[in-house]
Amino acid sequence: MNLVQFLLQNHEQVLELTLEHLWLVGVSTVLAVLIGLPLGIVSARWPVWNKPVLGTANIIQTIPSLALFGFLLPVPWLGDRADRLAILALTLYALLPVIRNTYTGIRGVDPAVVEAGRGMGLTNSQLLFQVELPLALSVILSGVRVAVVVSVGLATIAAAIGAGGLGEFIFRGLAMVNNQLILAGAIPAAVMALSADFGLGWLEKRLRPR
Amino acid sequence: MDPTCANGAVIEFRNVAYTLPDGRKLLSGLNLQVQRGETVVLLGRSGSGKTTTLKLINRLLTPSGGEVRVNGAPTAEGDVIRLRRSIGYVIQDAGLFPHFTVEKNIGLVPRIEGWPAERIRRRVEELLQLVGLEEQMASRYPHQLSGGQRQRVGVARALAADPAILLMDEPFGALDALTRDQLQREFLALQQRLGKTVVFVTHDLREALRLGSRIALMEAGQLVTVLSPQDFVRSNEPLAAAYVRAFGDGLDTVANRGGS
Repeated sequence: MNLVQFLLQNHEQVLELTLEHLWLVGVSTVLAVLIGLPLGIVSARWPVWNKPVLGTANIIQTIPSLALFGFLLPVPWLGDRADRLAILALTLYALLPVIRNTYTGIRGVDPAVVEAGRGMGLTNSQLLFQVELPLALSVILSGVRVAVVVSVGLATIAAAIGAGGLGEFIFRGLAMVNNQLILAGAIPAAVMALSADFGLGWLEKRLRPR
Repeated sequence: MDPTCANGAVIEFRNVAYTLPDGRKLLSGLNLQVQRGETVVLLGRSGSGKTTTLKLINRLLTPSGGEVRVNGAPTAEGDVIRLRRSIGYVIQDAGLFPHFTVEKNIGLVPRIEGWPAERIRRRVEELLQLVGLEEQMASRYPHQLSGGQRQRVGVARALAADPAILLMDEPFGALDALTRDQLQREFLALQQRLGKTVVFVTHDLREALRLGSRIALMEAGQLVTVLSPQDFVRSNEPLAAAYVRAFGDGLDTVANRGGS
């Protein structure tokens, strides 16, 4: 049985696992942006926060993913459901690129433009929302893009703790020494990562200030 | 009018000093009054404290000693946002917002001041005309404009909410000689019509002589002397004389200035 036949025969399960995968990546990315964006803004505005915030995100990044899933397993509420746990872990990993790029993006805005805005009487929040964030948007988005691509790959490991997603095929294939099954998980995941990369890359280019 | 400002100075520096946190003195013992409707040019080398002086007026910097008064009130006391919105600010390369169209750039202060959209649109139209830009420029982005056009937009933006005071930090410094010449001429014509109180920073003596009602010569964080352009070219003050000597051939232009 070749791969195409397998995918066609099991299309319902492929679709289900793909959707689960998308759910894990999507929710964790949204959470990472909701948490990372303010943290990035804070560390760009008040440099004292830069080191602790980016340092912590960096440390989280160095924890091996399988170990992080394992660490979080005994935590109450979180450990009750594998998808919660997987989402938390993916969110933690996605934080660093989001925070770092928000920081770099805001810091990278032409100081003359910021000073002009300040001199014209923009308040701090007007400066942030009308000048700094719009001008940093493409840099921030490239951080989100990195986060998404990494999450798509990492989410396959979430199957190890029973959170579902395309990793199910991969782990089953590994256990059964079935390459087709492994590819049935790996290829849709790769396609997902590439389309996210391409789509967000296109958006990023469109939003880049000239 | 505030009684502490009896002579009616719009901007007043009282023994102002500015020191960086690391202890370097950028400005000390500055006393200067700017009268309503005049153009005071701050002339000096880079690092002489001109820009620092300018930024003390709209409180982008706060004095470490003495006080700066605008319309009689110490700038350190009032609402800094109100202060800045009542003062137009033009910088080199215009500092336009690259993600805003010309129209949005010019209309920024009116917009944040909550003017109705129709009034902003009319004001932008009026300003474009005032600074000599065609109406179809309104929808362009700054990167689609020439240096001279950008600078015109910068001036229009500073004038948008009709401030009585205009601060200009080497606004024409990055332009080619011909464009600069034209914009200087237009500035004079504009100033004749609008009668703003202007503080203008430059290192170019020709520009200072041409545009200034008075020239405030600065060196190493100190105000050396304040002279009218006519007195400046005849001054015995060593630094002023050195400037005039360096200026050389341009003197003829100055002699003819009264007639232009």
